[in-house]
Amino acid sequence: MADLRSNFVGIKSPNPFWLASAPPTDKEYNVRRAYEAGWGGVVWKTLGAEGPPVVNVNGPRYGVVYGADRRVLGLNNIELITDRPLEVNLREIKQVKRDWPDRALVISLMVPCDEDSWKSILKAIEDTGADGVELNFGCPHGMSERGMGSAVGQVPEYIEMVTRWVKQYSRMPCIVKLTPNIADIRKPAEAAKRGGADAVSLINTINSITSVDLDLFAPQPTIDGKGAHGGYCGPAVKPIALNMVAEIARSAETRGLPISGIGGVTTWRDAAEFMALGAGNVQVCTAAMTYGFKVVQEMISGLGQYLDEKEIALSDLIGRAVPNVTDWQYLNLNYTTKAQIDQDLCIKCGRCYAACEDTSHQAIAMLPGRVFEVKDDECVACNLCVDVCPVEDCITMRELPLGETDPRTGRRVDGFGNWTTHPNNPMAKAAE
Amino acid sequence: MTNSPQTPGLAAARLPAETIIAGFANYDPAMQPHEAAVAADRCYFCFDAPCVAACPTDIDIPLFIRQIATGTPEAAAVTILSSNILGGMCARVCPTETLCEGSCVRETAEGKPVEIGRLQRYATDVAMQSPQPFARDTATGKRVAVVGAGPSGLAAAHRLAMRGHDVTIFEARPKPGGLNEYGIAAYKATGQFALREIDWLLGIGGITLECDTALGRDVSLETLRRDFDAVFLGVGLGGVNDAGLGAPNGVLRDAVDFIAELRQTADLSALPVGRDVVVIGGGMTAVDAAVQSRLLGAENVTIVYRRGQDRMSASGHEQDHATASGVRIRTNAAPVALHRNGSGAEIEFAYTEDGPSGLQHLAETFRLPADQVLSAIGQRLSVMPDGLIVAGGKIAVTGPGRSALPGVWAGGDCTDEGEDLTVSAVAQGRDAAEDIHAWLMGKDHG
Repeated sequence: MADLRSNFVGIKSPNPFWLASAPPTDKEYNVRRAYEAGWGGVVWKTLGAEGPPVVNVNGPRYGVVYGADRRVLGLNNIELITDRPLEVNLREIKQVKRDWPDRALVISLMVPCDEDSWKSILKAIEDTGADGVELNFGCPHGMSERGMGSAVGQVPEYIEMVTRWVKQYSRMPCIVKLTPNIADIRKPAEAAKRGGADAVSLINTINSITSVDLDLFAPQPTIDGKGAHGGYCGPAVKPIALNMVAEIARSAETRGLPISGIGGVTTWRDAAEFMALGAGNVQVCTAAMTYGFKVVQEMISGLGQYLDEKEIALSDLIGRAVPNVTDWQYLNLNYTTKAQIDQDLCIKCGRCYAACEDTSHQAIAMLPGRVFEVKDDECVACNLCVDVCPVEDCITMRELPLGETDPRTGRRVDGFGNWTTHPNNPMAKAAE
Repeated sequence: MTNSPQTPGLAAARLPAETIIAGFANYDPAMQPHEAAVAADRCYFCFDAPCVAACPTDIDIPLFIRQIATGTPEAAAVTILSSNILGGMCARVCPTETLCEGSCVRETAEGKPVEIGRLQRYATDVAMQSPQPFARDTATGKRVAVVGAGPSGLAAAHRLAMRGHDVTIFEARPKPGGLNEYGIAAYKATGQFALREIDWLLGIGGITLECDTALGRDVSLETLRRDFDAVFLGVGLGGVNDAGLGAPNGVLRDAVDFIAELRQTADLSALPVGRDVVVIGGGMTAVDAAVQSRLLGAENVTIVYRRGQDRMSASGHEQDHATASGVRIRTNAAPVALHRNGSGAEIEFAYTEDGPSGLQHLAETFRLPADQVLSAIGQRLSVMPDGLIVAGGKIAVTGPGRSALPGVWAGGDCTDEGEDLTVSAVAQGRDAAEDIHAWLMGKDHG
């Protein structure tokens, strides 16, 4: 099987699957179980400054968004950083790393935004043998109200400043974890790079209220009748995370900055998608919290099989899709497709018809006997019928070859042409 | 001395009481909420859904399933019941595999339809924990007689009461329900479901029930037409066809009587059944009689049908249920004689051939031992008041159940439109009620 060994900013692990800094990595017991199950690395749950640890709520910490059959699609949490004493965590980290030298162990850190606090925590973790640090600039609740977490991550200047301190006072690789609760993800990534970060990891959780208790009229999870926004994660956030990873991967300012991809990775396929968009490895939390640590075994076998089938190395996968991420204005407006329905596969549910007739372009005809047919002269190729069809490959998009007439527009399919040169674009420049 | 399946002749308590109770209780158990949520989620919410088209009562199935999926089974029940007030019973007895589920697109796709019947039962079971949800319109002062408290009569009565009319139901038997109470297999409607459903249904008010009052015996159509503004006949088929084996005796019996007695027996351990039971017929009654004989402890139960298996009116699902219950199905054999020999008997069948010129008895015959022969070869009208037109042995109707007599409607199995399905009877009762209502409230009618 393909070689899955990973070297991320000098941190080696037997595979690119790490557990993210989160409840599953809060203590030795869990981390040992994770390594036993096969995880390539863990980012230890965020340590705070020395002194009395933070306290967590004693009511529910998680809210959930379910799909069919109570499948966990999204998870929201209001847990804080580790609520165990610093010295206990340090002792455990040291012991675990000694026992599992081939696995990556990165320590997540979050201390007040002053130089002494960072200098002192870095000194404290120096002799644990950990492979690197991850700066938690992302946590959106609790800590941010104390000037930490996303309160730092939302101010690029602070990111740069703290990263600089970390690089100054530590020899360890430094990964800056970014919050998605910001308008333009490239700005904090650029700041991290300026500060000397070895990598960024993203996304941290998204501000969210997952649901409202309609009897109590309070957000869930509900603590004594009240609820606070928490951090949203799980499969539901993956599309947001993918976009942010891609933005950093393709931006001129941050291109080449290593990325640890986080956000809803549940299967090998999710991981491969993150890596194709430029992530050097991935971090996982919700999938492990939903199914246990064993899920990594499917990720390992699946990614290995995929690489074998593609006959590419893991390093070839990383960033492979980045050149194909572009802006809308550069899309080929002359690329023309039409939906076509395979009548043998069609089960006659009519969902394509309802979707097209009610909400789109009236491009599907319902004929006697519940036969559904695409009207090529109306179809704009929006793809909604494909999306709502319950049968895989029943509706597909056929590409019209160059020169064929599009019955909708009456025009022949032309060669490449995008918005920048389109006659309707007032800012179009004539081709020189 | 304990009886067993091998005890000769007719005998009660062939199985331990708890085995009998369990056998009659364990058919198609109710869904739990999570199971219902998962099952509901499989519905594709089809456009102009084929399942609705396949339902004789036109229940908006995708809508009620979506209402279950979103945690509002009460709303789902209103969707069901506004089309079919006996949605609870239909959920139990409908041959869904030939109706809604048979046309489900997931049946096409995977051979596994959405479990519409069980979902309907889930929603209606929830609804029946509360009073029936419909209110009566302003009283019209009109009075309608409904003859027969079976599915069509009950559906008609409820809809008429809803429209503000006062209804009197005349029922020949001591209890209401018709086939729901006397005719279907006990394991399909456990816990006195039929009677509970009627109590619940009558909660709408405006319906008076007169049992032990038979048309032609205790009351005449003429009187009803005189005393009421309109009459609905839902009398069912009170007579049975003759198998040509002589009058019922210690061995030979009509399956409908056997089932009715079973349904009215509180302690099934007290009900005798043969060691060797032969059921003649190919419909649901035959299956219900055969399966229940097995559940009572009969050792050998055989359904014998005169034509090929493809002509049996019992659905494939019903036939499978019978064979899974240990019933043997033999086809292309017609009864020719019943031979008594001491305490038992043998029934003799001729092999048959179904050809272009009809069913032919072949010369070769065979015999089956039979302590009990249950005849289930169809039912027929037992009363036919003057003035009605007969078609195919049933009351001829046009449109929504209009008979040849002005002011008289009919629906359910007694009509030539009947399909011998509870759900069709409900649809006909409901539609006749709407037609009666329009007629009563029409301009040309005082």
